[in-house]
Amino acid sequence: MEQTPYEYDVLVVGAGGAGLRAAIEASAVGASCGVICKSLLGKAHTVMAEGGMAAAIGNVDERDDWKVHVTDTLRGGQYLSNPKMAEIHAKEAPARALELEAWGALFDRTKDGRILQRNFGGHRYPRLAHVGDRTGLEMIRTLQDHGIHRGIDFHMEYTVFRLLLDDGRVAGALAYDRERGRFRVYRAKSVVLATGGIGRAFKITSNSWEYTGDGHALAYDAGADLIDMEFVQFHPTGMVWPPSVRGILVTEGVRGEGGILLNSDGERFMFDDIPPLYKDQTADSAEEGWRYVVGDRDARRPPELLTRDHVARCIVDQIKAGKGSPHGGVYLDIAWIKEKISSSEEHIRKKLPSMYHQFKELAGLDITKEQMEVGPTTHYVMGGVRVDAESQMSSVPGLFAAGECAAGLHGANRLGGNSLSDLLVFGKRAGEYAAAFAGEQGDVRLDDAAVDAAVKEALEPLEREGGEGPYQIQHELQDLMQEKVGIVRIESELEEAIDEIGRLSDRARAVSAPGNREYNPGWHTALDLHPLLVVSEAVARAGLMRRESRGAQFRDDYPQKDEHFGKVIIRVARGADGEMVVEEMPVEPMSDELTRLVEEMG
Amino acid sequence: MAATQFRIWRQDGAGDEGGYRDYTTDVTEGMVVLDAVHQIQAESANDLAVRWNCKAGKCGSCSAEVNGNPRLMCMTRMSDLPADRPVTVEPMRAFPVIRDLVCDVSWNYEVKKKIEPFEPRPPDAEDGTWRIAQEDVERVQEFRKCIECFLCQDVCHVLRDHHLHEEFVGPRFFVYNAALEMHPLDTGDRLASLKRDEGIGYCNITKCCTKVCPEHITITDNAIIPLKERVVSEFYDPLKKLFRVFSGGSRA
Repeated sequence: MEQTPYEYDVLVVGAGGAGLRAAIEASAVGASCGVICKSLLGKAHTVMAEGGMAAAIGNVDERDDWKVHVTDTLRGGQYLSNPKMAEIHAKEAPARALELEAWGALFDRTKDGRILQRNFGGHRYPRLAHVGDRTGLEMIRTLQDHGIHRGIDFHMEYTVFRLLLDDGRVAGALAYDRERGRFRVYRAKSVVLATGGIGRAFKITSNSWEYTGDGHALAYDAGADLIDMEFVQFHPTGMVWPPSVRGILVTEGVRGEGGILLNSDGERFMFDDIPPLYKDQTADSAEEGWRYVVGDRDARRPPELLTRDHVARCIVDQIKAGKGSPHGGVYLDIAWIKEKISSSEEHIRKKLPSMYHQFKELAGLDITKEQMEVGPTTHYVMGGVRVDAESQMSSVPGLFAAGECAAGLHGANRLGGNSLSDLLVFGKRAGEYAAAFAGEQGDVRLDDAAVDAAVKEALEPLEREGGEGPYQIQHELQDLMQEKVGIVRIESELEEAIDEIGRLSDRARAVSAPGNREYNPGWHTALDLHPLLVVSEAVARAGLMRRESRGAQFRDDYPQKDEHFGKVIIRVARGADGEMVVEEMPVEPMSDELTRLVEEMG
Repeated sequence: MAATQFRIWRQDGAGDEGGYRDYTTDVTEGMVVLDAVHQIQAESANDLAVRWNCKAGKCGSCSAEVNGNPRLMCMTRMSDLPADRPVTVEPMRAFPVIRDLVCDVSWNYEVKKKIEPFEPRPPDAEDGTWRIAQEDVERVQEFRKCIECFLCQDVCHVLRDHHLHEEFVGPRFFVYNAALEMHPLDTGDRLASLKRDEGIGYCNITKCCTKVCPEHITITDNAIIPLKERVVSEFYDPLKKLFRVFSGGSRA
């Protein structure tokens, strides 16, 4: 590489909520900052978030505070979360939400003009700041429009191919320009990964093409630890029909506004299976559930608002029992509220405008009048880069991670609404600590030979002739993960999956991508195979090691929780010989104060 | 399942003239144009360039011209297109082509930077928060729904035919101005720059932008015309003009 590298104190990879918030913070404290993103600015996955952002502001129910929020989060995560992260998150989320408003975000309001909060699964009180069902768009646009005036350099439509190291410390990144196929070297004293998730490893997903586990794999290749990779969240409600929209998200907000789940017999099956951990918090009757939806403070929440892992599994059980809908889902009904509200159609359109729009345009269905067909869709990965709770630094010096590609906050299952707040709380912290790290540390040196070797490697699929195309391998991997590493897992299938991933990895090293370097999706897909295969292997291996069912992991051969596995998390790292090493490590201990809170709140 | 003909624009960078190429692929129930393009890409044109993200009409990445109409490919159902002739897919024509269906929209990002950013009034409450009525939130929702697909920019004749990119910011950024000007907390004043730098006067309200907006924002009537009226009353009101002459104000 002959060109002069771009130089920053802090290089942020990813421009969703976490990346933008990190960059804003880094530049606010005086660091020079560049952001690399695979798409155009404002298109990252955050834009699709619908329901809202969890923050215990207590505007709707003053009984809510950070203490309730942290215990909800820990319970939702089945006590595998990093308790310190859960505490920081609950304490700082309100300030992050309010700050967004100071930057121009507009949330829906209470009658007295404060930020309105809505109900969501696993949250004891109405907690989600929102604007209709397009909260993510409001959030990313606010951060984007604020960020462009902060002296941050944005490198749009670039993909980071490799992190560069200097004697074990992060030193920058090598990226390629998706539009024109040129390579660029970035030298940086610290790097923040904010690349989102891994949903594209599965066939049915609510995630866009960008979610190929880049940050996970970059960190892994650089020697950082990953944890909790077995916990992949299957959102209970994705669209199932028509086939081309299968997997697109149907917000939990539909259930928050009173939507109910029904099987083909018209039974409201969620009342049949309520986990002991949530028995006291769940309504006994449809009548009580509705009272909760309309704000009766003495009512408990309807079972549709149990945690996502549980609801998804109940849906799968219905389908397996032959009580599914014609296209392999179940029914989600919000139209029924006409029995309760006279102007229900207008109410639904106002509260759930983009859901109304989505079903109308993509399925030709009017949700104010008809039932939707829904089924589980791969939505989110709780697992990711292991980071320090305060600073978000990984086990590699100078390498930070925030948002979905980092792990620790959500444990075995993430509560809806805790993602948007996660992005802001830990995005800010990552930016702040990355800037501080850059300020304290000396310059880094780039290894030209390593850069040249990486460039050569990246160009191989273009130069190789007669190899297999990349799409076939991608599709086979997605089918494999869906079938054998999906919602219901079993030892024999996980082992088969690991073997098959090995074979796919061999084939991936021999692919050809015809065409030239400008905006060549075949080449891009070829380069995406490595991160997809790394995260797939990590999910399968961690899932195999955890011989129990907890949170998002359900093992058909170990259907119960296991005491031992309630105390450990699973760490994945690259061994000295390049093979994946998987081992147990203890859950981070809980402070005395938190232990007391958890006991008090039940 | 029906084999369907497509005519897709292929162009190898800005130096290439480009042209349509014919493809055939099977269309199944519920498919949208973006699905068909992806299928063609996987089957017979691995290097066909197309920009997309969410595939749910929320990110505004997959803008193109389908049978000559500016559309999001992910929200255009195949069943809504005539089956008796090939489906034509080409890039937005108001922007330079990078490759095939992907064009260079970076100009839009440069324009946005020049618009005066949001600046809130001091907080209403001691805890640093504001009190806003729900109806004031709702009033600007329409403008805040914009997904920046730039289809309105593509179809605006001031940009597409007259290429006045230096003097005119286009419908997207009038919507952006409207969102800021009508934001219940904002204290900025963008009228002078709307008139002087952003060329709002060039818009002769043909409403082409409103017609193509996938978010159904009534761009012309609700954003552009009210902004034009504000500009007129600020700068062309005879009494105000007289006042400025005597007070020595330089705004005009």
